[in-house]
Amino acid sequence: MMPDLVVHGVYIACILAFLLGLATIFTWVERKQSAVMSDRIGANRAYLRIPFTQVKIVAWGLFHGAADGLKMILKENFTPTTYDRFCYNLAPWLAAVPVLLVFAVVPFGGEVQPGRFFEPGSGAAEFFGDRTYRMQIASLDAGILFVLAISGIGILGTMLAGWSSNNKFSLLGAARAASQMISYEISMGLALIAMVVTYGTVDLFEMVQWQQQATWGILVQPLAFLLFLTASIAENKRIPFDLPECESELISGYFTEYTSMKMGLFLLSEFIEIVVISALVVTLFLGGYSVPFLTTGGFVLPGGGLWEIGALGVALLQMLTFTLKVFIVGCFQIQVRWTLPRFRYDQLMDLGWKFLLPLAALNLVVTAIVRWWTL
Amino acid sequence: MTAPRTPRKQYWNEPTLGLWERLYIFEIVRGLSITGRVFCGNMWKWMTGRKGAVTAYYPEEIRGDYSPNNRGRHVLTQRADGKVQCVACNMCATVCPAYCIEIEATADFDDAAHPKSPARFEIDYSRCIFCGFCVEACPEDAIRMVKDVPDLPGFDRDVMWGTKDLLAQWHPLKDPRKPYPAPPVARKDEGAP
Repeated sequence: MMPDLVVHGVYIACILAFLLGLATIFTWVERKQSAVMSDRIGANRAYLRIPFTQVKIVAWGLFHGAADGLKMILKENFTPTTYDRFCYNLAPWLAAVPVLLVFAVVPFGGEVQPGRFFEPGSGAAEFFGDRTYRMQIASLDAGILFVLAISGIGILGTMLAGWSSNNKFSLLGAARAASQMISYEISMGLALIAMVVTYGTVDLFEMVQWQQQATWGILVQPLAFLLFLTASIAENKRIPFDLPECESELISGYFTEYTSMKMGLFLLSEFIEIVVISALVVTLFLGGYSVPFLTTGGFVLPGGGLWEIGALGVALLQMLTFTLKVFIVGCFQIQVRWTLPRFRYDQLMDLGWKFLLPLAALNLVVTAIVRWWTL
Repeated sequence: MTAPRTPRKQYWNEPTLGLWERLYIFEIVRGLSITGRVFCGNMWKWMTGRKGAVTAYYPEEIRGDYSPNNRGRHVLTQRADGKVQCVACNMCATVCPAYCIEIEATADFDDAAHPKSPARFEIDYSRCIFCGFCVEACPEDAIRMVKDVPDLPGFDRDVMWGTKDLLAQWHPLKDPRKPYPAPPVARKDEGAP
């Protein structure tokens, strides 16, 4: 009981730090990548001054994330006079928390034996014994169903925000957000079901193990990869699917009436969702935490050599690989966001219902037939 | 009975997208490759110590491509002896639509040709609109505008003042492009009568 609690407490702390840290870094990446992409310099005015000196640490503008957060917290929390007070306050949390929760079932490393990290015979080694843990906060059998169920709650947050703001722009944004997210969730679900059929399991951890033994999911299911990525970006309401919050028409869409950290939560949840989408894409299609030739003992090279790196080394290397893959996929999402123009609303719906949905259904049918044939 | 129907006028263009463009995915890949190429090129420049941007890092970096006719920073011209050419006639302050020039005159009767001169000549750059009227109004060619911009950014409006000492930057002897007749003092030293 106690070892479980300790291990999962460490996991949750690590994941929270990972998500919030990476989301903050992605705000910086978004600024800098778009700047370099369009021949600009990018945000680089925030600095830390070493006390009592004039030495300013700029660090390529990395402190802009911290400056943003500080600004959000310190700003006046302005609220409109007429609103549903309860829903208005609940909505940012309802938007941000499910995004964090999705990560509970994403594996960020293989199986570990915490007892082996310590010297044999020491107190800590005996405390953990020879228990084995998956590097995953919750080893749910439901796995991917949990992802779909929890990410569906996010819609409620945006709808509540738009409705309780008592503002026509917000209401329009909320209506658009609801219809868009529900439309694209169907394609996303069908793409995921194709993956479930391929892997024969709904457990994300076993999916990664399947990919470790066979090959990456993107090579087996390239179409599902495209569909899932597109639908996820649409779920995240970012350009080219940012109609719920398009500045030129709806000010900020459903969070127009929000200020200070409440708006910060909406913005932060958008960036956390980039990380979560990347993590899901990596887990489902890009081999998750797996490193080529790496087993629980160390690298088993194809020539027959064995390179021992220890249990802790393997675990750290897997986490590092996972982080790196997530970062690369996140950068790709930002590249898409700064490359493509926004859809018109009818184009958005056409793409969702007339293009992605039939393709996803077709993909599922073909996958099922192939799977039945090869069984 | 019914009037013959005229074909409805079409006000929009025929769609020009072919099947390839309408498939969309290939065009996305093309767009991504363009932005990715620009990104990689610029990033490589930054990583090899060059500047991968066309924007200037204002105000640390001053753009070199201002037009010579650009109305930027004001300068007060000086006579050969170093005194400002301004005679404190207040014409620029009068014509200034932003009321941003302040002149306080002083008198020096030993200098018979120019007894009146400014003790204080200040331009409030937080209000200046860079219209150039002061330059045109000046009867003495005492105020000009040069192409580069004033060093304005700051955290306080109090630092956005151009004072006489700051503005008096053009001296005829230091400007190689505009030769000035040699001062009479120099001619006396050559041994002229």
